Amino acid sequence: MGSLRGAFAGSLLIGICDTFGKAYFQTVALFLIYLTMIVVLLIRPQGLFGIKYSNVAAAPAITTRVGAVTSSTRVAELAALLALVLLPFAVGDYPRALVSEIFIYGIFAMSLDLIFGFTGLMSLGHAAFFGLGAYAVAVLGAQFGLNAWLGVIAGVGLAASGAALIGVFCVRTSGIPFLMLTLALSQLVYTVALKWRDVTGGSDGIAVAERPSFFGLDLSRSLPMYFMALIFFVLTYWGLRRLLNAPLGQAFIGLRENEQRMAAIGYRTRAYKLLSFTIAGALAGLAGGLYAIFNGFISSDAVYWTASGDVLIMTMLGGAGTLIGPAFGAAIFLLMKNVVSSHSEHWMAIIGGVFVCCVMFFPAGLWGTARGILQRAPK
Amino acid sequence: MNVLRVDRLCKSFGSLNVTDQVSLAIGEGERHVIIGPNGAGKTSLINQISGQIQPDSGLILLQDRDITGCSPDRISRMGVARTFQRNNLFQNLSVMDNLRLALQIRHGTPLNFFLPAAGSAALSERAASLLAKVHLPIEDTRLARQLSYGEQRQLELALALASEPALLLLDEPTSGMSPSETAQIIALISALPRALAILMIEHDMEVVFSIADRITVLYFGKVLATGTPQEIQTNDRVREVYLGLSR
Amino acid sequence: MDLFVAQLLNGLVYGMLLFLMAAGLSLIFGLMNVVNLAHGSFFMLGAFIGYSIFRSTGSFWVAFVLAPIPVIALGVVMEVVFLRRLYRRGHMDQVLLTFGFTFVFLDLVQSVWGRSVLRLPVPAALQETVQIGWGVFSAYRLSLIAFGFAVAGLLWLLLERSRIGAMVRAGVDDAAMAAGLGANIPALFGGVFGLGVALAALGGVAAAPILGVYPGMDADILIPAFIVTVSAVWVACAARSRAAC
Repeated sequence: MGSLRGAFAGSLLIGICDTFGKAYFQTVALFLIYLTMIVVLLIRPQGLFGIKYSNVAAAPAITTRVGAVTSSTRVAELAALLALVLLPFAVGDYPRALVSEIFIYGIFAMSLDLIFGFTGLMSLGHAAFFGLGAYAVAVLGAQFGLNAWLGVIAGVGLAASGAALIGVFCVRTSGIPFLMLTLALSQLVYTVALKWRDVTGGSDGIAVAERPSFFGLDLSRSLPMYFMALIFFVLTYWGLRRLLNAPLGQAFIGLRENEQRMAAIGYRTRAYKLLSFTIAGALAGLAGGLYAIFNGFISSDAVYWTASGDVLIMTMLGGAGTLIGPAFGAAIFLLMKNVVSSHSEHWMAIIGGVFVCCVMFFPAGLWGTARGILQRAPK
Repeated sequence: MNVLRVDRLCKSFGSLNVTDQVSLAIGEGERHVIIGPNGAGKTSLINQISGQIQPDSGLILLQDRDITGCSPDRISRMGVARTFQRNNLFQNLSVMDNLRLALQIRHGTPLNFFLPAAGSAALSERAASLLAKVHLPIEDTRLARQLSYGEQRQLELALALASEPALLLLDEPTSGMSPSETAQIIALISALPRALAILMIEHDMEVVFSIADRITVLYFGKVLATGTPQEIQTNDRVREVYLGLSR
Repeated sequence: MDLFVAQLLNGLVYGMLLFLMAAGLSLIFGLMNVVNLAHGSFFMLGAFIGYSIFRSTGSFWVAFVLAPIPVIALGVVMEVVFLRRLYRRGHMDQVLLTFGFTFVFLDLVQSVWGRSVLRLPVPAALQETVQIGWGVFSAYRLSLIAFGFAVAGLLWLLLERSRIGAMVRAGVDDAAMAAGLGANIPALFGGVFGLGVALAALGGVAAAPILGVYPGMDADILIPAFIVTVSAVWVACAARSRAAC
């Protein structure tokens, strides 16, 4: 059993490197470890573990086109939008803030859905791009006094270039190696956030110097904040739906359905995967930038791998491969985290349990399952 | 000028030589059928021509351009289309969406991220004419997986034709079909434009002799014989190792 | 020089703890192709349960022996009741499932033991220091290193020399073939999963006096263990493919 011997030698090696690194080369130690993993995965992405991954595609069980826009969906959407516009006038500050956060995380979850639900690549490192967007706002504001909106634009650019760079390595693989590469590379970003304390504040975090105004409205009040988040959420939803119904989005879906056939009919599959990953990263950066403005604070926790896991849970819970589903997933997750946690200690067990049941019995997610039932009912 | 020329192609997996010094040439508009017992290396040969497998040595020339070892998507864009032995469709997309994906790479704007894919009248027209060509209903809103097996084979063929190839590779287009479905798809293939060169793997001898201009017999990775149907029928070694087995 | 040797020793100790994690991770991954993100949770549960057993019995050794048992039970239940149903559906769903369990286990730990950092003292017999050559070393750390080597040796014997080991090795290469050889695949999967969980839990108890016992130790240990696993199996594959050529 070669891998046992390898595990033994590898453990000792990494144990010693890590300890010495922490003692003598504080800042670079963690990088070395992640770099090892990345190099390994790059040299041998497919033959890893000597097991073929051919049938390991994520393939969420979604069958219909995204929002094939009919008049009834139009009506439903307008009604929902109207309700969301009226909602903040009926409630106080706290629910407004909570729903604003849901919008922002909804953007984040929908961006993951693009790469996971629609392109068929499960990423466990999406928080890195969220973090890049958020840190761009906070750090550029603190260091250069840059306006937060310019920070958001810079953050989207930074997240997109980060995703393109990371994606170049990741899209050479798929399935489980893809998952592990995104995990390792995002931990690299986490390490920077944690160790570059002078700039990022490490685990203590960094505050956003000044809340910007939004078309002259003061974002420290909950109502403008709510509408700012709502506008970006609706724009993202609308943009993603246009994308997914357009030729490019159809190509992404084609990659999820059958990558081999996509190559056989002439698509440069890696380039398309990279494009999807980059767009998803840019949107995650947007969500991160908005979150920095909303929250006024960002710390390295937001980039840790468990944060990537959280957004994966939101996406899956709501329904990977449905567009609005992940936003519902974000709503459920945040409601649990913020509302249930004030009544019960056990919000994590509840969300974990709900998620486990969802994976076991409703792999299409809550929205995907509900939509499946609705579509079957009239016939 | 040959549409395709394969020169001394070799490929082995470990000690198994799946393709052993295979050479063949296909002229313009030629219908070339590859026959051979199971494990003769027929599909491996097609996979090397279409780029799914990298050959160890040898040359593959498409219209005198070297395509040896190119990626499948590049070879596809250079004018080679293929079908697969087992249906290989976008199962959860509609028939039209399947075709649009195949058509938009050459005739559409695959990088368009804003305008609806279904909105292009030109693509819809092309898709409709392809559907007519393979005898599928034009107003088909079903998903690919809702089609019957035979219809899926027809769609498989339509996807390959969508790129307007110079060379069409067909990997057992009649496999798993009933006799009537077989007759239908053979009629479809026979009715394809004569200018299109076709390299096809087929088991059914009647089909082979009704379609083929030339035949190549593969046996354990080697070319056993190549020639016109008459030459193959009268070739003693072929009768011995292959036709003898099936009769 | 003293500091250097002390660092080397600390590195070896940390390496042994990683090995206890990585051995289980790579066995589970190799045999079942499951990336078990809950493996760190078993490490953490081992540490906390060990802490409680120590508090009620006063003996580190009782804790060390008994703590893995409930953790193994949890792990096997997770495999039999949940993971097993998803083998047909592909491995990505299993990854998601194990991630869901990290939430459940973390909540369990926080509601039973709270959120503060607990400490499990080094057992009395090993509180001494030992003088070897250049310096003075902690007896506990030295015995941890010895323990790591012993576990590695036993695992090697189990996999290389026993009939069950042969089945596991066959299963890693090809589960269908192993079934043909008469291996009871469900039992084998459950057993190997249990073994991996046991190693993680033992690692958790052993680590407790050094790393401390706190919620969040699951996520912290998982990533380095992951890296070891991935690198190790890569080396094994490289060796195997050279042998084949």
